[in-house]
Amino acid sequence: MYVAVKGGERAIEHSWDLLATRRRGDTALPELSVSQIREQLRLAVARVMTEGSVYDEELAALAIKQAAGDLVEAIFLLRAYRTTLPRFGYTRPVDTGAMRMERRISAAFKDIPGGQMLGGTYDYTQRLLDFALLADGDVSADAPAGPVAPMEPMPHVLSLLDKEGLIEQETPRPGAPEPGDLSREPLAFPVERSTRLQNLARADEGFLLAIGYATQRGYAHTHPFAGEIRHGEVAIELDVEELGFAVEIGDIELTECQMINQFAGSGEIAPTFTQGYGLVFGHSERKAMAMALVDRSLRAGELGETIASSTQDPEFVLYHSDNVEASGFVQHLKLPHYVDFQSELELLRRLRAAKVPVPKEQVETEEENAA
Amino acid sequence: MMMASSNTPLLRARGLSKLYNGRGGCIGVDLDVYPGEVLCIVGESGSGKSTLLNALALRSPVNSGSLDYRTSEGEVLNLLTLSEQRRRLLSRTDWGFVHQNARDGLRSGVSAGANIGEPLMAVGARHYGRLRDAASDWMTRVELDPKRIDELPGAFSGGMQQRLQIARNLVTQPRLVFMDEPTAGLDVSVQARLLDLLRSLTSKLHLAAVIVTHDIGVARLLAHRLMVMKDGRVVESGLTDQVLDDPQHPYTQTLVASVLPA
Amino acid sequence: MNARAAETSMTEGYNFAYLDEQTKRMIRRALLKAVAVPGHQVPFASREMPLPYGWGTGGLQVTSAIIGRADTLKVIDQGSDETTNAVNIRRFFARTTGVATTTHTADATIVQTRHRIPEHPLTERQIIVYQVPMPEPLFRLEPRVTECRKLHALADYGLINVKYYEDIVQHGSIATTYDYPVLVNDRYLTSPSPIPKFDNPKMHMNPALQLFGAGRERRIYAIPPYTKVKSLDFEDHPFTVQHWDHECALCASTESFLDEMIVDDAGTRMFVCSDSDYCHGRRGDGEEA
Repeated sequence: MYVAVKGGERAIEHSWDLLATRRRGDTALPELSVSQIREQLRLAVARVMTEGSVYDEELAALAIKQAAGDLVEAIFLLRAYRTTLPRFGYTRPVDTGAMRMERRISAAFKDIPGGQMLGGTYDYTQRLLDFALLADGDVSADAPAGPVAPMEPMPHVLSLLDKEGLIEQETPRPGAPEPGDLSREPLAFPVERSTRLQNLARADEGFLLAIGYATQRGYAHTHPFAGEIRHGEVAIELDVEELGFAVEIGDIELTECQMINQFAGSGEIAPTFTQGYGLVFGHSERKAMAMALVDRSLRAGELGETIASSTQDPEFVLYHSDNVEASGFVQHLKLPHYVDFQSELELLRRLRAAKVPVPKEQVETEEENAA
Repeated sequence: MMMASSNTPLLRARGLSKLYNGRGGCIGVDLDVYPGEVLCIVGESGSGKSTLLNALALRSPVNSGSLDYRTSEGEVLNLLTLSEQRRRLLSRTDWGFVHQNARDGLRSGVSAGANIGEPLMAVGARHYGRLRDAASDWMTRVELDPKRIDELPGAFSGGMQQRLQIARNLVTQPRLVFMDEPTAGLDVSVQARLLDLLRSLTSKLHLAAVIVTHDIGVARLLAHRLMVMKDGRVVESGLTDQVLDDPQHPYTQTLVASVLPA
Repeated sequence: MNARAAETSMTEGYNFAYLDEQTKRMIRRALLKAVAVPGHQVPFASREMPLPYGWGTGGLQVTSAIIGRADTLKVIDQGSDETTNAVNIRRFFARTTGVATTTHTADATIVQTRHRIPEHPLTERQIIVYQVPMPEPLFRLEPRVTECRKLHALADYGLINVKYYEDIVQHGSIATTYDYPVLVNDRYLTSPSPIPKFDNPKMHMNPALQLFGAGRERRIYAIPPYTKVKSLDFEDHPFTVQHWDHECALCASTESFLDEMIVDDAGTRMFVCSDSDYCHGRRGDGEEA
């Protein structure tokens, strides 16, 4: 007798074994350690932390190992883990103005107080595969001795524009509600900018990249300039009730991008530049910049701009930005759908049977007339 | 632009047919439009009148027939074989097309002045001040307040948007204007005023026009001649007064009889 | 091995100027077509280069296709020979061609540029290669490439005229300050690349050959020497260039394009020539080629 259930369980367990074997690969080779991933694949770790929405380098590295390098899968693992974590409280807003920076640039000005600090970046490398990296073992680099001392905190470039009143202030509008928390409440429209930003921070990098790229190519162009990009460490402070003051609980690495965009003004208010904002864990300028482009694009409504493209449509962007949701739903098509499909089959057969075939002569006459 | 001899038609169609999936949109239509003459095509929905209009205005391809146009230099062009470049040029200089829904005929993102000025810019006008003067002048002519020249079309009511669209079409002083149910969807009183405006403009500017409508009253007010269509074919045509006062075809008789007395 | 060493090893095994000869021929054919139809965008099969798309791959490929051993190359970015981008590209060509490089505009036979035209006038001996991010001048008004192609073919430029009319209505003047579209040879509307409008007049009747490369968008176009290039405007709102209330803090020039630099937290500003070679020249600094 056919007993499907038991067979299913056995198949699943066997699948897990296969997965584990595949993940481990050739046992003659040393196993990848979580620390190695954390240290030497730190940009992958940064992405998984940001989209997984948990700042923990080791956990992110573990997720990457377990997912055999599939970052979307790793992000999923981290998010699922996040669900199990209790919430102690909310930290104070991070002060990126106090960031100890490893890299800090502005494309809008030739030079800025504190200077343009290149830091370590792929930007000016030439993308040639370095086959020397194929060799295993320690390939000693002639890097500068020790890490370069991070830059002392400098005020944001945009605050200098602010002095002339040229750029809009990033202050909450009067009566604005406290920022929502998408990990605690579902997304509901109309949505405040603070919630949009949270959505974008956890959003899939590729999706934001594509939407941001589309705006640059004219699908609601916002005339962006990179006002400032900074990458470095900031302190996290938590208000502890029992103590009555804030305690610094650690440092995290952040990348922040402030875009300067097309000016806007109404009849009464003089035009000013507008802003787009991006913030991510670890070092990822691509994501921070794309996020800033999309943030600005989604502000079209509140800035009174004509909505001409899906890139400006919050529903279109925010509902499709989460790769855990997207991956789940796209891949759910692999689940059995044969009952639904059976209904379709049946309907199609009925429709085909019902359609009376057109006699051949009539078809020919119509074609003559149409010529 | 006004021809001394009005004997030769501006636009001539013979045997024009446009079919959808082997079925008629319009079939075997003959018509002539003379300079300064308003021709109304009347019929119910599904009669093929809009199909015919779009075919005449080269907005959709035809399956068979001929369509000729006489330019202001007296040259007769075969419109069906004309290059797209010449067609676009012709539609910029010689023709207008007024859509039923004003939004389809206007740029919603730019001001009234820009909308009226654009056809002039398209034929080379490059003086901002004079463009504005022309736009103001035309807004006045279509009874819009010229002080509203910088407002977006969305700020105007439906009837006013329609006037704006008409101004945009007439600013280049075209010889021939196509109109697709220009008063449909508007309040009755608004319709009446718009019809008066159209009547006065077509007469003052000696415009030739082909107007599609389901409303016999529109035809009576505006048209010199009319054509009645049913199921894709022309069932009756002639001088407006003659057709309406003494309809020959049963369908025309029904149409005329069904109009409520004023 | 780090990026420095990777660069060194690049010279081995690569063709002169990096691209293979067939690719160069393909690009030259596109260039010839472009020169024959001034201002018209010619599609070409852009290759992935060691620099990212958006960072000058178009300019790189054009220069690569035309550069010869006897050439002298100058590379500038925003007018400066000294920015990281300019340095990077200059090194690329130095290593893949061995060709002489210079910072003096007058000594160069090829000038590859991002977003500026040199202040020093060019001659018939010279070619200027522009790096172009968005070759389509109408893209902000009509993003669809297929639609723009039609508009260009029919010389239907109503969209931009309307945009400029609206600018004057809203701002009192045309609001475009860089990448200001020009009509080339009275026919094609063209993007001059994001040079400030200050530089547009230099394009008109320029003795040099002007070539434009857009790698990511895969287009090449050209303006032959002594071609009419006109910036769009209205008769009663004619095209004007930017002016400064300051002179260059280093060389006192009142004729050149000035960069604004913020020098302290109080927001103090300094204005300096954007064209570094021009500024050095005026100061009499003997800069080695």
